[in-house]
Amino acid sequence: MPRPEGAVALVTGASKGIGAAIAQALAADGWHVAVNYRSDEAGANAIVSAIEDAGGRAVALHGDIANGAVDGLFTKAEDALGGPVLALVNNAGVRADNLAIQIDDADWDNVLNTNLSAAFRLTKRSLKPMLRARYGRIVNVASVVGPRANAGQANYAAAKAGLIGLTKTVSHEVARRGITVNAVAPGFIETDMTKDMLDDVVKAIPARRAGQPEEVAAAVRFLASDDAAYVTGTTLFVDGGMSA
Amino acid sequence: MATAVTPEAVEKVVFDALPQFGAEPSEITREASFEELDVDSLDLAELSQIIEDEFGVQLKGDDVGKIKTVGDAVDMVVSRAG
Repeated sequence: MPRPEGAVALVTGASKGIGAAIAQALAADGWHVAVNYRSDEAGANAIVSAIEDAGGRAVALHGDIANGAVDGLFTKAEDALGGPVLALVNNAGVRADNLAIQIDDADWDNVLNTNLSAAFRLTKRSLKPMLRARYGRIVNVASVVGPRANAGQANYAAAKAGLIGLTKTVSHEVARRGITVNAVAPGFIETDMTKDMLDDVVKAIPARRAGQPEEVAAAVRFLASDDAAYVTGTTLFVDGGMSA
Repeated sequence: MATAVTPEAVEKVVFDALPQFGAEPSEITREASFEELDVDSLDLAELSQIIEDEFGVQLKGDDVGKIKTVGDAVDMVVSRAG
């Protein structure tokens, strides 16, 4: 079944970096995009303007997904863009790196809550319109960290590995309703979130370079497309070969 | 505004909803089991959503697990509304 007319894609954490690139890629593919942000209103508005300038439709939506802003996001997205949310991209993520022995409860809880629990709550809410439409695309932005170890990121790795487990199980539950659930696992991507990481990381990447947000967005765009209707429960690594 | 919960109103909504999950309309009775109607757990989860939207009555996962027949579903919704 082709994507219904006027379908809305909700992208969390889309004011910059990978999320912003995803929002633009989905808009270019004809999705009406809700650009969710927590604090960077100017960034979100700039992405909306860029989408509109390119002939697409988008709206900036404020909401802290780690603090209960779930139901309101869907309602606002549907009201502003006039269609049901039939694609959800769980992209918003935070890091609070430390060796496991030094991670305090607050940093554990915050990373798990934003990167995993919020994604679950959004997924659960998104299934309502998707089941009704017999069409849906959920893409979770996981990480090469989780499937792989990375010292100093026990909380982040646990959340991202959990996201992949969530992806697989929900994909089985809803596959027969035309809803696909997949993950992308970026490796080392050049964004604000990774700018403080060491250049040494690049030496460990077979491609010998950092990835660009647009390269992750292209994978999401594919998984959200009608071409990927038979792809579900999988994790697509976009990591320059790091995980191979 | 949610519809008033009466056994008749709930029965109508449930009977009307079941064909969209593949149940044969002629086989839908209060006594029919969901298994016979080929209505599975995901269908029941969707039926719960329809009931919630229509009557404002929320069925929990535990409730749905106890439902075996169409009549069970109707009775469960009526009892949860009370």
